[in-house]
Amino acid sequence: MRKEEDSIFYGIDKLTVFIYVILVFMGWLNIYAAVYNEEHKNIFDTTQKYGMQLVWIGSAFFIATVILIIDAGFYTVFSYFFYGFLLLACIAVPYLGREVKGSRSWFRFGSFGIQPAEFMKFATNLALAKYLSNVNIEVELSRKNRFIDLIKNYKNTIYAVIILSLPLLIIKILQDETGLALVFIAFIITLYREGLSVNFLIVGLLSTLLFVLSLVIASNTLITLLAVIACLAFLFIKRSLKHFIIVSLIFASASGVVLATNYVYDHLEPHQKTRIDVLLGRGTVNLKKEGYNVNQAKIAIGSGGFFGKGYLQGTQTKYDFVPEQDTDFIFCTVGEEWGFVGTSSVIMLELFLIIRVIMMAERQRSPFSRIYGYGVASVLFFHLAINVGMTIGLVPVIGIPLPFFSYGGSSLWSFTILLFIFIKLDANRLVILR
Amino acid sequence: MNQNSHLADRKFIISGFFIFVAIIYILRLFYIQIIDDRYKLDARNNAFRNRTEYPLRGYIYDRNGKLLVQNVLSYDLLVTPKLAKGCDTMALCQILEISKDEFLRKMKKACQAPNSPRKESIFEKQLSNKVYAALQEKLYRFKGFDVQSRTVRRYPRPIAAHLLGYVGEVSKEKAAKDSYYLEGDYIGISGIERSYEEQLRGVKGKQIVMVDVHNKTKGRYMNGLYDTAAIAGKPLFCSIDIDLQEYGEKLMKGKKGAIVGIEPSTGEILCLISSPSYDPNLLVGGKERTKNYTKLYYDSLNLPLFNRALTAMYPPGSTFKLIDALIAQQDGLITRSTVYPCHGGYPPMGGRPKCHPHPSTDLPGSIATSCNSYYSYVFREIVDQKKFPNFEDGYNHWRDAVRSFGPNTKLGTDLPFDKPGNVPSIKYYNKIFGKNHWRSNTVVSLGIGQAELTLVPLQMANVVASIANRGYFYTPHCIKGVGVEKKLDEKYKKKNYTYVQNQEAYNNVLDGMQKCFDAGTATASKIPGIIACGKTGTAENPHGKDHAVFSAFAPRDKPKIAMVCFVENAGFGGTWSAPIVSLMIEKYLTGKVTRPEIEKRMMEANLIGANHVSEKKTKTKKRH
Ligand SMILES: [Zn+2]
Repeated sequence: MRKEEDSIFYGIDKLTVFIYVILVFMGWLNIYAAVYNEEHKNIFDTTQKYGMQLVWIGSAFFIATVILIIDAGFYTVFSYFFYGFLLLACIAVPYLGREVKGSRSWFRFGSFGIQPAEFMKFATNLALAKYLSNVNIEVELSRKNRFIDLIKNYKNTIYAVIILSLPLLIIKILQDETGLALVFIAFIITLYREGLSVNFLIVGLLSTLLFVLSLVIASNTLITLLAVIACLAFLFIKRSLKHFIIVSLIFASASGVVLATNYVYDHLEPHQKTRIDVLLGRGTVNLKKEGYNVNQAKIAIGSGGFFGKGYLQGTQTKYDFVPEQDTDFIFCTVGEEWGFVGTSSVIMLELFLIIRVIMMAERQRSPFSRIYGYGVASVLFFHLAINVGMTIGLVPVIGIPLPFFSYGGSSLWSFTILLFIFIKLDANRLVILR
Repeated sequence: MNQNSHLADRKFIISGFFIFVAIIYILRLFYIQIIDDRYKLDARNNAFRNRTEYPLRGYIYDRNGKLLVQNVLSYDLLVTPKLAKGCDTMALCQILEISKDEFLRKMKKACQAPNSPRKESIFEKQLSNKVYAALQEKLYRFKGFDVQSRTVRRYPRPIAAHLLGYVGEVSKEKAAKDSYYLEGDYIGISGIERSYEEQLRGVKGKQIVMVDVHNKTKGRYMNGLYDTAAIAGKPLFCSIDIDLQEYGEKLMKGKKGAIVGIEPSTGEILCLISSPSYDPNLLVGGKERTKNYTKLYYDSLNLPLFNRALTAMYPPGSTFKLIDALIAQQDGLITRSTVYPCHGGYPPMGGRPKCHPHPSTDLPGSIATSCNSYYSYVFREIVDQKKFPNFEDGYNHWRDAVRSFGPNTKLGTDLPFDKPGNVPSIKYYNKIFGKNHWRSNTVVSLGIGQAELTLVPLQMANVVASIANRGYFYTPHCIKGVGVEKKLDEKYKKKNYTYVQNQEAYNNVLDGMQKCFDAGTATASKIPGIIACGKTGTAENPHGKDHAVFSAFAPRDKPKIAMVCFVENAGFGGTWSAPIVSLMIEKYLTGKVTRPEIEKRMMEANLIGANHVSEKKTKTKKRH
């Protein structure tokens, strides 16, 4: 028994690793189909993306092995270090890195490129887990879920939010990578698991709803509507000053959201406006321009039917109708060539991995591992939801990869590191880590 | 820990939320992948192009295998408006030599039903060689545009326009009715092209090709599993003699009228001339076609599009007397030696119809001299003969006998027009004169091919062919056969017998017709070395100078050609029509013409024009 425990693979969750390998393999097959052309058939041809992806996959497996070899304590100890180091790298990239295709998020080493923002995910996850487990408190602001109690434990919440906001703001503002930045919102799920008030989420959800509504409905109409709801509320609540003030405050802030949304929308860049317009189906969407990607993506997926057109048989895929099909729109290849069978399988497989990670997180004795696990699940889910959502027209076009599927070294490495640190932590689940 | 266990329940909410979102997505995918068919169509429209492979239209040859109609390549510019958005309009306009407005107009047309923005349709037809060359180089720059090659007709010799007809774009109504045709397809619109459309057109081929996002062809769908090859149209062997046709058109230059020649032993049409004519190459299509057609259509002086040989209703005039002579003999009313008085007209009616001075004649002589009085008697003999106590029965007997030669019947030809002509019915005259208020003398001018009696030239030629055959005719047709096997409809091999089967009657009439050349109204047109039979005629024309008619066949024994020629407003048949017919018969039978001075006079005569029209005021009413 002793011997087995010494093995670096002792205690690792084989099922998770298995799903990981399957997803990576399926991803590669679809990249091959997306890039495929008759002149380059050699799968090891590194001038082609599928050849290159094999290099990424091989190196990812190597990285995974290294992660499993390193002592689990290393990750807790160096959490803040990773976070700080990568944060600095993210700040430095726009100044030190070379601009590639208008993007300033890359460090270039010859033909290789590294996107520090991708690695910010696991670093932030580590830092958040470290902070929340160290203070050993729940982020819960009230046991009784009372709205007023929000004030009490605000300090902890604010620190957690700062840990998440720093990378978000730096990546958004300095690098202008919306997709990479928005991922950090996903950690709200972790916070919720660790005790964030439901009220907080409800306020968040209602704000989002209001945000969307204010884009769809004229602001005057919407505010009038809110006023009517507020008046109705006065009829049904206890007539005390306190309640009156609360309802008034809610009404005022809701109106504020509406007005702010309109203000922000009016000050958005034109291309961002059109992305929102495309999603909401507002105005005349020119299918040749703004709506082109989404439309072609939907055509690719929609034309797949139940069983798909067959591997390497997708006309949308083969004849390049869908842009960026090897990266952000890789799901279209699945949809067209493997049909509904393929798309639902991929979603279920990814979902299965996520649920598996949650189950693993719940069996941790150490809060650090649990929190980290939830971070992994949240990030994977966010990517899945946004990436697939945009190809089927449910979410605006935000350029983020489908975990383990999309082409790209940085994203594959980043997801591998994210997941395998957790697998390592899980292997040591009986040890309390701080 | 207590708190944590309370929070642990949140894992269900979180997992539930994840699963909920996944289910929503899978439902959405189920909808767009399985229920909604729109995307499948869109994908097809993106990557699939249905290419029609147009078959080569069958060539048309004359009776001796000489080429009448061939094909040449032409290029159409196609557009799929949905894919063409954002292309360099200005550059394209420049190449096509059109204005921006016209470009937009054409684009709009390509978007409207039955076209659609997603469907490929013709943007510009039959590009000129210059435009095609310029366009081909830069086509890759114009997304959504494509060039398709097709063939158009070419006529090596610019003749027989009315007979051959032309090919043009199919009408909307036809395209809607007949699934073979799509709008923009070509179809035979008149002449042989129309009669034999199905044999000539062949079968369209269909190809499904795949293109990439740059509209670059990437190969056939399923390696061509669903493709069909075009089957070329069958060659058509026309019965006309191209040299005879050409010669006839030359002779008819400057004259209005028609010539129809038939081979009596087969019913094959040897020439079908309608003058004035036009160059059939003018109507092969493209931008020029509309212009040319409009020009021809509005030429009210010449009416070049009017097919006189098949649709002009002319009174047959004296040539009709042949039929009367035959019927009367068949009924035993007259013999070869029957003589009727003529004192410059028909005596019982006070000298009407008028006649010209000539000695009293027997039957052959009456044909050679074309005596009007003689045939007024003959007509009344037939109608009023004793076996029909009722006048109407007599008249119907005459009418039916006439109709057995073809007049007032649909012959059932393969030509696009099959006008019956008119031999007036009893009903018609009852309406005009009132029942029992008319008798044979009222309509006596029918006997000399006048009054309301009208025929189209083809029918008159058929009458001559039946006389040449001594009592039967084959339905006239303009082809020898379809395809290399020269397949011919059985109905063209069936003899149609006339009322008159008395061979002696024919012999007598033929003697008269031969005498017509020897000592009659057509002596000036006698063909050296050939025994021909003919009959002149002058068709009274209420609108102007009389039409000249001449019917003839040759040789008398085993006739090879029967012909009729109408020259409008030319007066006496012996002056204009007879020489033309005699020249053509000579040319056809011997291959050469021995009377160049007559040929020259005929070719140079211009009977159309203001000078000629004024002559009608000074015309003298004489019938021969
Ligand atoms: Zn007379």
